[in-house]
Amino acid sequence: MTPILEVRDLSRHFGAIRAVDGVSFRLAPGEMLALIGPNGAGKSTCFDMLMGQTDPTSGQVLLDGRDISGWPARRVWRAGVGRTFQVTATYGSMRVVENVQTALMSHHRRSFAAWPRFRRLYRDEAMALLEQVGMADQAGRPAAVLAYGDLKRLDLAMALAHGPRLLLMDEPTAGMAPAERAALMELTAGIVARQGMAVLFTEHDMEAVFGHAHRVLVLNRGEIIADGPPEAIRADARVQEVYLGGGAEALAAEARDG
Amino acid sequence: MGLILAQLLTGLANAGALFMVASGLSLIFGVTRIVNFAHGSFYMLGAYVGYSLMQVLPGAVGFWGAILLSGLVVGLIGALVEVIVLRRVYAAPELFQLVATFGVILVVQDLALAIWGPTDLLGPRAPGLRGVVRVMGEPVPQYDLALIAITPVVALALWYLIARTRVGVLVRAATQDREMVAALGVNQRWLFTGTFFLGCALAGLGGALQLPKGGADLLMDFTILAQVFVVVVIGGMGSLPGALLASVLISVLNVFGVSYLPQSTLVLMYVVMVAVLMWRPFGLLGRAEVAGELGQVGAPEEPIRPAGWPIRATVAAALAVLAALPFWGSPFSVVLATDILIFCLFAASLHMLIGLGGLVSFGHAAFWGGGAYVAALLVARLDVPMEVAMLAAPVGAGLAALAVGWIALRASGVYFAMLTLAFAQLLWSLVLQWGAVTGGDDGIVGVWPADWASGNTAYFYLALALSVGGILALRHMAHAPLGYALRAARDAPLRAEATGLHTRRLQLVAFALAGTLAGLAGGLFVFSKGSVFPNELEISRSFDALIVVFLGGVKTLSGGWVGGAVFESAEDLLTRFAFWRLTLGLLIIAVVIVAPEGIVGAARGLARRAGLTRDADPAREDAR
Amino acid sequence: MAEGAPMLEVADIATFYGRAQVLDGVSFSVAPGEVVALLGRNGAGKTTTLKSIIGLVPPRAGRVTFRGQEITGWPSYRIARAGLGYVPEERRIFTQLTVAENLEVGRQPPREGAVGWSEDALFELFPNLAERRGNLGKALSGGEQQMLTIARTLMGNPALVLLDEPSEGIAPVIVAQMARAVRRLKAEGLTVVLSEQNLAFARAVADRAVILDHGRVRFDDSFAALDARPEVRDAHLSVSGA
Repeated sequence: MTPILEVRDLSRHFGAIRAVDGVSFRLAPGEMLALIGPNGAGKSTCFDMLMGQTDPTSGQVLLDGRDISGWPARRVWRAGVGRTFQVTATYGSMRVVENVQTALMSHHRRSFAAWPRFRRLYRDEAMALLEQVGMADQAGRPAAVLAYGDLKRLDLAMALAHGPRLLLMDEPTAGMAPAERAALMELTAGIVARQGMAVLFTEHDMEAVFGHAHRVLVLNRGEIIADGPPEAIRADARVQEVYLGGGAEALAAEARDG
Repeated sequence: MGLILAQLLTGLANAGALFMVASGLSLIFGVTRIVNFAHGSFYMLGAYVGYSLMQVLPGAVGFWGAILLSGLVVGLIGALVEVIVLRRVYAAPELFQLVATFGVILVVQDLALAIWGPTDLLGPRAPGLRGVVRVMGEPVPQYDLALIAITPVVALALWYLIARTRVGVLVRAATQDREMVAALGVNQRWLFTGTFFLGCALAGLGGALQLPKGGADLLMDFTILAQVFVVVVIGGMGSLPGALLASVLISVLNVFGVSYLPQSTLVLMYVVMVAVLMWRPFGLLGRAEVAGELGQVGAPEEPIRPAGWPIRATVAAALAVLAALPFWGSPFSVVLATDILIFCLFAASLHMLIGLGGLVSFGHAAFWGGGAYVAALLVARLDVPMEVAMLAAPVGAGLAALAVGWIALRASGVYFAMLTLAFAQLLWSLVLQWGAVTGGDDGIVGVWPADWASGNTAYFYLALALSVGGILALRHMAHAPLGYALRAARDAPLRAEATGLHTRRLQLVAFALAGTLAGLAGGLFVFSKGSVFPNELEISRSFDALIVVFLGGVKTLSGGWVGGAVFESAEDLLTRFAFWRLTLGLLIIAVVIVAPEGIVGAARGLARRAGLTRDADPAREDAR
Repeated sequence: MAEGAPMLEVADIATFYGRAQVLDGVSFSVAPGEVVALLGRNGAGKTTTLKSIIGLVPPRAGRVTFRGQEITGWPSYRIARAGLGYVPEERRIFTQLTVAENLEVGRQPPREGAVGWSEDALFELFPNLAERRGNLGKALSGGEQQMLTIARTLMGNPALVLLDEPSEGIAPVIVAQMARAVRRLKAEGLTVVLSEQNLAFARAVADRAVILDHGRVRFDDSFAALDARPEVRDAHLSVSGA
């Protein structure tokens, strides 16, 4: 099967620092891939490159076989990639449904229109999307007053507005209450199963990772150190090492000597 | 050769005061993030205080002592202003505090008028330095040489303070990371007050030092402010070496400009500024900085909704009463109402830019005055009929805004604001100095409306139709996709880009549209007055609109025209009394402190508490 | 825990960033002279706990007591002057200032009941910094910057130091030096609370582990007790839990 997303030897260097160094992987339709690793491993940089918010130093990002590396975020979105943000990015001055309408309006290329009344545009479509994430009952509320978990669901509805082929989720459950976390991941898994899109997500919540990912990539110091099904990752000694800290023997010796 | 050297020396002498004022402004911005519009006022105070002290202190010791004391006194006044006014508004985001500092400008203007009177004061000459020195045959005033000697001493002392003392270390650390400085046990409040003291003392010192060369007058606050902004922007906000470099550059450029390009000295200064900023958007020695929030303060903005029938009915009724004004009001009230309507359109255009777009412009007068000049030039030079000129004003201003916005939008926050100011000043200097075409200082007169619109009443109806039409069009736009897209780009730019919105292009459209409507207002203005002068392009005109928008309420749809109407009326009312600036200034400061959400925002809060309007959140409404 | 009154007591604090709740009732206490490690994965609430204590992100509920005095809601500078030193993560040094000037920002007068540090004593503790006294902060290597953040805080003569992720993003050889430095602080009588992801580092320097997950304390005991309960480790620290 042709992958939706193919990343080839992607690198990003900041001066001498190799934030991301030669990362390659593929993502098939219907697949949920988790990207994990300790702080500073390069997850965010990797993510930003996929979404067009950072230019790669070298390497390629192929979407359905088309090279999209270096495209600006808005063009990547039009090519069929949606994203959610770690710290939710919603339009605080608008109502919930208007947030989704704004995304739909952009999808239909009417964001420069100065004549039509916005309120009536794509309202039904927006309500359907809110229904999908379970937010329809809050459609009329200002986004600024939502509880954090609801903001995350709104963020997801906006990312889904143009029926993306690929969904990128940056720490989808960060800041949520435990019960909400499971619900959001199940919601996402359901949408993926129904629509056949692919999902790439970063996450620190191991329940979310091992409960929902079909495959896990582990990044450390800019490089992929493991790529496989969750059970294999859980058993991988190197992964344990980067998560619990390196140089254990040297430090233990220090402790004895000191 | 001797002449060139002499001119170079004059330029260096002039750089002294400019550097002191600019370094003060720069320091204050670096540490507190406040763009202190009142900095020119402290410079002016320095001159006046110095003048008075020199009257009572005798001899050379008295002269120099007076200068030092002026710096001290002005520094203390600055610290007082910081403690009384600015401490209350630090919580407000970047660029909001400048409204309060604008209030301070007005207060200082009237206090100076009350204490020292309206006549320009001639500065006493420095005892023992009254003569000239021949430098390669050319006369150079002795006092200029003294200034050339003093400036490096002040710069060096400042450098020592900043580079070598604990206070300086703290100031520099706070410029980089205020939060970390606090976490290390440094009390920010006193650091801020101290910085204000120092910055204002420098301005006062500069004002007193230039007394023998320039004296003291009531216009020197804005005159120096324009130049200081240029210096700070060219040198880089927050950079002291940058301020020194740019002061020398600008002063020398001015002196040579006067001799060799007398028609374009000012233009030259602003061309240099624009060129530097296009090459280095953060100035010669400035560093790239992340811009802060843009004019948003307090609770998040409420979602907008179309006005309900009670409000529509009220507005319709008010418009009907206004439209009937010629039948019930005095002839004078019709003229006044015309003025207010035109100003409301101008304010509403800037309000759209700030409110929907989150783009704070310091130079909106460029498009107001630009529109006025386009119309006036067409009528006066080409005999074009009013109808055509009235159409050309918004088109011309809109095209100018498109060009300015294209460049200025490469920056954001305070740098964007400064760039717009630079372009406005460039336009102002062009108009002022290209006298053959624009009439220069004499302006363009005899620009009267077509016969059908020449009566006060007829023109009132024209202004009513176009201003109300323009304001309603802006309001409609806020409810259209474009308005929502603009707010999206302002609320969460990353999210907007990640859902396909071209944020920069949206902002450019908003900027051009704001310029177009300001141009229309300018066109209306010129035909109502019959003339236009360069002051319509000045900084103070830009500030008028800016202050009105903030005071009306940025986070409301009607803040622009309401603020415009209230303050234009208040000003008209107050100008009949002595010391109206003092009153207006105190009023502005009071509004900033009491109602940071502006007049409309505060009114809305009151209406809600009184149960007159619904809560924006249906869930909370249901819970009641 | 040592007898007597605790040096620092954190009682049921809840902290938010905007609407996102990060801490959900965190409680623990630290005895004088103790070194406590806050452990947990990214996003567990370690950094936020430290920022709540120093007042940079004040908690919305709960109390923080330092040497018997409640400091909740105080501005950061007052908390710092009371003898709490804060070393931020990501090496927030003043890059435009020299090493000596960075130290100067942190300098506070000596205070009763705390070690009095001089520049020389700090250069002895961190010899690398002595050679770079006149260099700008931005010219230092990552490890040197990390040492400078600690030295800068010590200039305030704190009784207790909050260390945020001291081993994060530095080379292994520097990590060992850092461990030596923390133990030296303990030897000088300082109390230390550090946040860590590196279990080996924490074990090498700390007396006690407090494990945070999802904004709550999940474990609070010695490392020996932690070793006896691998399931706690797996659930909250490693990737094997689920």
